Amino acid sequence: MNGSMKTKISIKFLSELKQHALKARRAVVSTSAMAGSVHIASALSPIDILIALYFDVLNVDPKNPSNPKRDRFILSKGHGGLGLYCVLVERGFIPKKLLDKYGQDGSILAVHPVLGAVPGIEATTGSLGHGLGMGLGMALAQKRDKNSGRVFVLLSDAECDEGATWEAVMLAGHLKLDNLVVIIDYNKIQCYGRVKDVLDLEPFTDKWLANRWAVAEVNGHKFEELISVLRDIPKQTDRPTVIIAHTIRGKGLPFMENTIEGYYMNIKQNDLDKALVEVY
Amino acid sequence: MKYIKMRTAFVEEVTKLARKDKNLWILTGDLGFSVFDDFQKEFPAQYLNVGVAEQDLISVAAGLAMSGKKVFVYSISTFLTMRPLEQIRNDLCYQNLPVYLIGGGSTFSYSTFGCTHFPLEDFGLMRLLPNMAVMAPGDPLEVRALIRDVYKRNSPAYIRIAKKGEPIVHATDDVISLGRASKIRDGKDISVLVSGRQLANALSAVVTLKKGNINCRLLSFHTAKPLDEVAIIKAAKETNGLVVVEEHFKNGGLGTAVAETLVQEGISVPVINIGIDDEFPEGSGSQDYFLKKYGLTPEGIIKAVNKILHRD
Repeated sequence: MNGSMKTKISIKFLSELKQHALKARRAVVSTSAMAGSVHIASALSPIDILIALYFDVLNVDPKNPSNPKRDRFILSKGHGGLGLYCVLVERGFIPKKLLDKYGQDGSILAVHPVLGAVPGIEATTGSLGHGLGMGLGMALAQKRDKNSGRVFVLLSDAECDEGATWEAVMLAGHLKLDNLVVIIDYNKIQCYGRVKDVLDLEPFTDKWLANRWAVAEVNGHKFEELISVLRDIPKQTDRPTVIIAHTIRGKGLPFMENTIEGYYMNIKQNDLDKALVEVY
Repeated sequence: MKYIKMRTAFVEEVTKLARKDKNLWILTGDLGFSVFDDFQKEFPAQYLNVGVAEQDLISVAAGLAMSGKKVFVYSISTFLTMRPLEQIRNDLCYQNLPVYLIGGGSTFSYSTFGCTHFPLEDFGLMRLLPNMAVMAPGDPLEVRALIRDVYKRNSPAYIRIAKKGEPIVHATDDVISLGRASKIRDGKDISVLVSGRQLANALSAVVTLKKGNINCRLLSFHTAKPLDEVAIIKAAKETNGLVVVEEHFKNGGLGTAVAETLVQEGISVPVINIGIDDEFPEGSGSQDYFLKKYGLTPEGIIKAVNKILHRD
């Protein structure tokens, strides 16, 4: 039920993952500063999850991004798009020069991911509550075709306010789609306030269990915990898995961490150097 | 005339296609009771009832289509097009996927159920969406032809079909193609452009008018998008006016699309649009009761033709 059982990963690998995460975070900060764009904090909080997926868990290949038997990843919380782009750059799916154009006229990359814009993006998102249904369809296709591909869908906590999310949660449990994995970026802050004040999700675990999902809870910034549970899919036969990852919004940029304003804050180009020094 | 339910024609045609394509799926949102029993038995791996969850219905269809499937999705027209409108827009149209929405029921198919079950604005909503094709076949043969044609598209489509048993208007050797109006009768006086199951009424009106020596061109506009603008322009130039007949709000549907074409082409001809007024039809009654109320009858069509010809 929790991530206390840690998989042993070598110190060297752990250090590599941390380096990738740091580079991705620095790219998020500098790209958004150059573009003057917002949604920085929402792009930072899932970075460690994305790094764990793309550098350890997902069966994907930047050289063959459309292999039908690949694992799929959907960023259902599309407003974290910049975080995904920076990780896709780090993993070699897309060239870094695309980030340099981010936010400029004619850039192929919008704030929210668009299918087909660049390799590695599996679904168009941006309106909350669409990603899990699409992921369910993909997981179902893999099952019925007797393929081994798995589908990982990253949801924001606030996305669990959407009725459409729960339509898919119920159906996935009913269909026993144990190749479907949801990861919740549970940073506990939404647009207009704290989750517990706006629309409390607790008891969150119980909601998933009641819908016949297997549940794990982890610290979403600890690679040992993330990888330990992500390597162990399905957590339970005949059940989809949800990983409730406790995260910090704006993680890695101290002045933005755990603030509600972080949702709308941008970084002035003049402050970029100072911000980059702070990134961890 | 021979009658066949359009819905039966749809299932039969899709079943034929599925026998050659294991990637063809049917999804339903818990509607179409008994209609899919045989399909489900023959193709258990290509069928799913997702439950009463239309948003999920569309997103799941999108996920399947993103995995190489072609998906026919069935529900009642109202529930299919409105509850999940954003899923249709973002998941299907924006991503441009081969998912074909089959809306069961014309405007008054569920005439005693109230307006919750009356599709009044579906053509308008679907017509606004890029990549979406919009159809309302006029008889069971048009259903079969359009099902075969949409299946060849790698883009989304919406097809509204009636379900009470509809007369076959076309000859079996008629060529029916998506995006091209079917000319049922030719004439030089007035053109009648008709959408959906009003085709039989329009034919009846045209036959009656001919007895009075009024020769109408009857065009089955089974496809509202992509719109056969050539047929509209020819009809406007070659006849004295247009009567558009559709079971839909007068706003936003085929009549609006025809008017847009005429204005953009700078063609000025009399046009009468027979459809539903800007209101929620009140009360309960038979299908014919409501159709009569809005002039969606042979008599209503004859009246409109005579009005343009100043014979009323």
